[in-house]
Amino acid sequence: MELTLLNVVIAVTIAIGFAALNAAYLVWAERRGAGRIQNRPGPNINGPLGLLQPPLDGIKLMAKQLIIPGGADKALFIAAPVLAMAPAIVSFVTLPFSDTIIAHNLNIGVLAIFAFASLGGISLLFAGWSSRNKYAVMSSVRAVSQAIAYEIPMLVTVITVVLITGTMNLMEIVEAQKGGIWNWYFFPFTSGLYNPLMTMSFLIFFICALAETNRAPFDLGEAESELVAGFHTEYGSMGFGLFFMGEYANIVIGSCLTTLLFLGGWDAPLPVLSFIPGVVWFLIKIYLIIATIIWIRWTFPRTTIYGLLNLSWKILIPLSLFNLLLTAGLLKVV
Amino acid sequence: MVTYFSEIISGLWSLVLGLSVTFVEFIRPNVTVQYPYEKLEMPERFRGHIQLIGDEEGRPNCIVCMMCQRACPSGCISLSGKKEEGQKKKTLNSYILDFTTCSLCGSCVESCNFNALEYSKEYNLASTRKEDFIIDLLKRLEEQNS
Repeated sequence: MELTLLNVVIAVTIAIGFAALNAAYLVWAERRGAGRIQNRPGPNINGPLGLLQPPLDGIKLMAKQLIIPGGADKALFIAAPVLAMAPAIVSFVTLPFSDTIIAHNLNIGVLAIFAFASLGGISLLFAGWSSRNKYAVMSSVRAVSQAIAYEIPMLVTVITVVLITGTMNLMEIVEAQKGGIWNWYFFPFTSGLYNPLMTMSFLIFFICALAETNRAPFDLGEAESELVAGFHTEYGSMGFGLFFMGEYANIVIGSCLTTLLFLGGWDAPLPVLSFIPGVVWFLIKIYLIIATIIWIRWTFPRTTIYGLLNLSWKILIPLSLFNLLLTAGLLKVV
Repeated sequence: MVTYFSEIISGLWSLVLGLSVTFVEFIRPNVTVQYPYEKLEMPERFRGHIQLIGDEEGRPNCIVCMMCQRACPSGCISLSGKKEEGQKKKTLNSYILDFTTCSLCGSCVESCNFNALEYSKEYNLASTRKEDFIIDLLKRLEEQNS
């Protein structure tokens, strides 16, 4: 697609709309899901099935006053929520939804998304530091150590996939997995590679995606029972709203990446089913992953910070490095 | 090395078990009652504040023997009655329960020999005014009859 002004404006509008709509209705899905798991209905008063709850929550947040605590670092305090939301929206630019639906096809798509994703950690650091609140500082220290610990195994598994496909272009990575479920990279003994450990790599990537988005059971950044609300303790109004939307937009990006790298993107699971348009398959896959993420949040209790770092340094990093070496060897031999 | 891998495997298995537990709960029906829209039936032996029992014609069974007033440890019952012309028994003309001091001990119901007092099933008793808890039980009986 050409880069005209009109195209850019349309793409950005669609990206913001998609991110905001997802953020709003994933909150609804999360609360309904939590309710069902706890044998209660969840929000069901406003509108049919409680579907008017997210816009009402949004209006409530927008109507509130934005309070900046005394002694806070004003510039950073205001910048942090914007910095949490903006990279999430920018990442949608290079995410392909099907072989035709993509805002801008970058040759370094994977790299660009991870570059933007790492800005998320900085926004948490800004928020915690500028709030002038001990809990918030504690929380941002945790969030940054977590981000560093989990970016390594995540990137190593991504390198494994890049090694197989030989490209960082997300479209080409999906093209390489075409032809049914046995060609997708989460499948052990994928045709042409015969690597038995790709399922493990998929799990490692999924766990890291959970940790990167600060989701339970890795939500140490906002551990309600210990740190009040962590880095967004001092945020009210839309400041809090932006953090919330950023978190859910990051979940969507994480599940999009998992789908693109390991679940074949818009490829139909069986070649017979390829008459259904690719974008439908893509949306089915990402919403299944998001449902799993919500399911995991309401199942497992929060880990300790030691458990979290031990999991990353002692288990995820060695295993992902091992699979990287195995893949490199297999590529040479097969 | 063996324990390292067996710990990973058993850890993963415990995660799967945990997910299966929440999945089973997910498809089970709700157990909550949507209070203002649905209400639970109070159990048989629920002890709310007392109320008068009426006969078939709706008149109170009470014969104004004053046993309940005497039995009440906090003195929250006050009743009065008088003998109508040409009748043997006294009839009740006021029965006031001061629920602010009532401890729901039930001595009044126990002391009543004429099947005139019972526990109500009332539980919505929140109010911002003290006067709402000085309850005219005779009026309540009339409202129940109508």
